[in-house]
Amino acid sequence: MREFSTLEQRLLNDFQHGLPLTPRPFADIARQLGVYETTVLETLQRLHTEGVISRVGAVFHPNRIGASTLAAMAVPEAELEAVADKISRFAEVNHNYEREHEFNLWFVVVAEDEDRLQQVLREIEDCCGYPLLDLPLENEFFIDLGFDLKWT
Amino acid sequence: MRVRSFIGTGSDSSLEAALIEIISKGLPLVERPYAQIAERLGCSEAEVIQGIDAIVARGDLKRYGVVVRHRKLGYRANGMVVWDIPDNRVAEIGHCIGQYAFVTLCYQRPRRLPDWRYNLFSMIHGKDRDEVVDQVAHIVHHCGLQGIEHEILFSNRCFKQRGASYLRGAQTDRSGRAQSE
Repeated sequence: MREFSTLEQRLLNDFQHGLPLTPRPFADIARQLGVYETTVLETLQRLHTEGVISRVGAVFHPNRIGASTLAAMAVPEAELEAVADKISRFAEVNHNYEREHEFNLWFVVVAEDEDRLQQVLREIEDCCGYPLLDLPLENEFFIDLGFDLKWT
Repeated sequence: MRVRSFIGTGSDSSLEAALIEIISKGLPLVERPYAQIAERLGCSEAEVIQGIDAIVARGDLKRYGVVVRHRKLGYRANGMVVWDIPDNRVAEIGHCIGQYAFVTLCYQRPRRLPDWRYNLFSMIHGKDRDEVVDQVAHIVHHCGLQGIEHEILFSNRCFKQRGASYLRGAQTDRSGRAQSE
């Protein structure tokens, strides 16, 4: 990991919430940080290009928009990459990770409603040839204050 | 471009659907992002700002701001810790686990017996695996979870990570048929 400048650290840590809903939000951020608007924009663009930030935008609560679930599949190691690739091709799949467990492939499926979600889950099972666990969110026990990055 | 299908529909709900799609993919990094979005959608900057404000006010968003990738920030270890909690204690224990700064998600999900016994899921990011293991031990001690079955599922390869696409119009099914109007 490269070193981050003080400006980068503050942009990454302090602005995970509450982006200003004003015509020039990056100018407002710049004012708070005592730098130029163009510096904020250039820095965010660089962090985005490097993949340090995925976007400046929204993270939705699961299930507030459309229907979603966390799914898991147990796939033989030799087939894992091919099966993961098939699953990733579904537009309804976003996160798709390998985890160290008998259930070694974990992915999030989002659709416009519950019927469509169930239809997509069946399509994924048919396409991959393995059953999946459908583990929808039932309760959330967590107040998201943003992840506090430790720079030391 | 797909978002053009919203132009001229004139209804609040289609504008809102377009805004949800855009802010979940990310704002343009320009001086006046909302004006640029307005231009794409054929509405005013004020309507874009009011529309997003309404979505935020409704509480549908978990966060609206800079979305970081933990791995790129040196948090290389990501453990999904799954717990088998007695049903009548899930809320109490869920709140205890969810209070820690290093826990980024804490959700109850259904068991799927006999294949899957765990009903509480928490996500823990650490600089390395040892740090995650230490944090789990800390939770076990402070929330009184000695004797509660749990496992840490560390992530390895990431095959896909992006903002979700919520609208069918954005999707192409596997036969290759574009579904945009």
